[in-house]
Amino acid sequence: MKIDGSARGTPALWLGAGLAATVLVVALLAPWLAPQDPNHQALENRLESPSGAHWLGLDELGRDILSRLIMGARVSVGVGVAVVVLAGALGTLIGAVAGYAGGRIDALLMRLTDVFMAFPGILLAIALVAVLGPDLRNVVIALVVIGWVGYARLVRGQILQLREMEFVLAARASGVGPVGVIVRHLLPNVLPTLVVQASLGMAGAILAEASLSFLGLGIAPPTPSWGAMINAGRSHLLDAPHLALFPGIAILLTVMGLNFLGDALVGWLDPASGSEG
Amino acid sequence: MIRYTLYRLAQTAPLALLVCALVFSLIHLIPGDPVEIMLGDGAQPAEVEALRHELGLDRPLGRQFVDYFVRLARLDLGESLRFRQPVTRLLAAHYPATLELAFASMLAALALALPLGVVAALNRDRALDHGARFLALLGVSIPNFWLGPMLIWLLAIRLDLLPVSGRGGMASLVLPAITLGTALAGMLTRMVRSSLAEELGEPYLVVAQAKGLGYGQAVARHAFRNASIPVVTVVGLQFGALLTGAIITETIFSWPGIGRLIVQAIQARDYPLVQGGILTIALSYLVINLLTDLTYALLDARIRLR
Repeated sequence: MKIDGSARGTPALWLGAGLAATVLVVALLAPWLAPQDPNHQALENRLESPSGAHWLGLDELGRDILSRLIMGARVSVGVGVAVVVLAGALGTLIGAVAGYAGGRIDALLMRLTDVFMAFPGILLAIALVAVLGPDLRNVVIALVVIGWVGYARLVRGQILQLREMEFVLAARASGVGPVGVIVRHLLPNVLPTLVVQASLGMAGAILAEASLSFLGLGIAPPTPSWGAMINAGRSHLLDAPHLALFPGIAILLTVMGLNFLGDALVGWLDPASGSEG
Repeated sequence: MIRYTLYRLAQTAPLALLVCALVFSLIHLIPGDPVEIMLGDGAQPAEVEALRHELGLDRPLGRQFVDYFVRLARLDLGESLRFRQPVTRLLAAHYPATLELAFASMLAALALALPLGVVAALNRDRALDHGARFLALLGVSIPNFWLGPMLIWLLAIRLDLLPVSGRGGMASLVLPAITLGTALAGMLTRMVRSSLAEELGEPYLVVAQAKGLGYGQAVARHAFRNASIPVVTVVGLQFGALLTGAIITETIFSWPGIGRLIVQAIQARDYPLVQGGILTIALSYLVINLLTDLTYALLDARIRLR
């Protein structure tokens, strides 16, 4: 692993890291940052445009949009982190076993990934949430079900390359068992690639959660969620376009930040491929 | 080529069967009694039993599984609970609209990505390149369920240039195609840029110029052709992904395709139609990937002779 000393890529890294960190902090401190109760309704002022009192205006039930955006960050970030951690752990486990064991176990596990890859995009997640019922837990389950495959393939590929290397052979020769070899010697080498995948995977998970909420398959109202806020704003494009505008900007900035971060990390960890993306 | 085709078919067929099995199992993942959920709260016990029998859910699981595949072989996906029509007929009626939208989105994506990617590759690491790469990342990051409503607001409501929704003529296709195609345009821009940039470093370009071609001609005739092979593959593979993206885009624009049909079916708890729609998109995706692979093999001898 070499570190790219040139300045190129660095602004993207800082921009990405900055945006991602901001969203994370907002999500963590949401109850203290939100200027108002996100569920307080002022029906008499519904659809009010942005003003000094309500910087981003009021929604269709007269709720403060800024406060709902801030609280909504919790859902987005929470789902993003949960999906990345669970899908990453499951995918890493399966990928490591497949790559290290090889042979029939590998073939079987890879055919399993083929089945999940046979569903394009979030089709399977939509199908799963549709049958399991729309709530946050099921959204996470569905996104983990479609998300682990990417990690499994990545880890397997890396481990296939690494397991024949001398340091691994040396560890095995000195009596380290398979679990020890995988955990102590192989996984630390896979980690940088996993971090990149996690950053891009989090962007994907946040976008997918918002898509599901948009379709009415996310967290139940009145808990604010960015995707659901855009969907609600769709009926008011004529009289109050700000309803759909702001949650979209929040999603865009978050996802862009994570994509910037992931891309910059690719270039940082592997300067040779840095100019490819 | 025949051997390769058979090999890929032998790979795809079991996968297709597993996809069918997974879609079959969906209805059994429903927590609680699927029949009671489909009929809602006020259902009479007799109704519940009738529907259970109609759907075959009163039979043993193994029998249901076999029946499912037997019916599938006859292209029988059951009857929609909401429309009271065969699911296959509904899907067939809505499929052309989805294909039309996917094709239009693909064209929109290519129209944006080709010039952007080429300009970026030819101006590597200069301002134009940075600009194009930023646009590409923007395209990949922008949520289409937000882009759609914003385009409606700006171009259909404020400027009154295009219809808000529905399907009727070319004008109605513009906004949905842009909405669905933007993410793909971003991805393709990066792809075109990186594969063309790679070709630009190849020695054959110097040879072509030494033989008297201008730089522009050498790039257009040789580098661009070589760079297009990976791009063609991505275009093929992503076409299937567009079918999934259509679920959201069709909902936004009331586009009468399979995606909107699936969302309506989910809302109405019309599970036979949900299963049929999901299966149709997943199998289309498999077939498109197979065709893309075969086309690629036809173009590249190294693969078909493997």
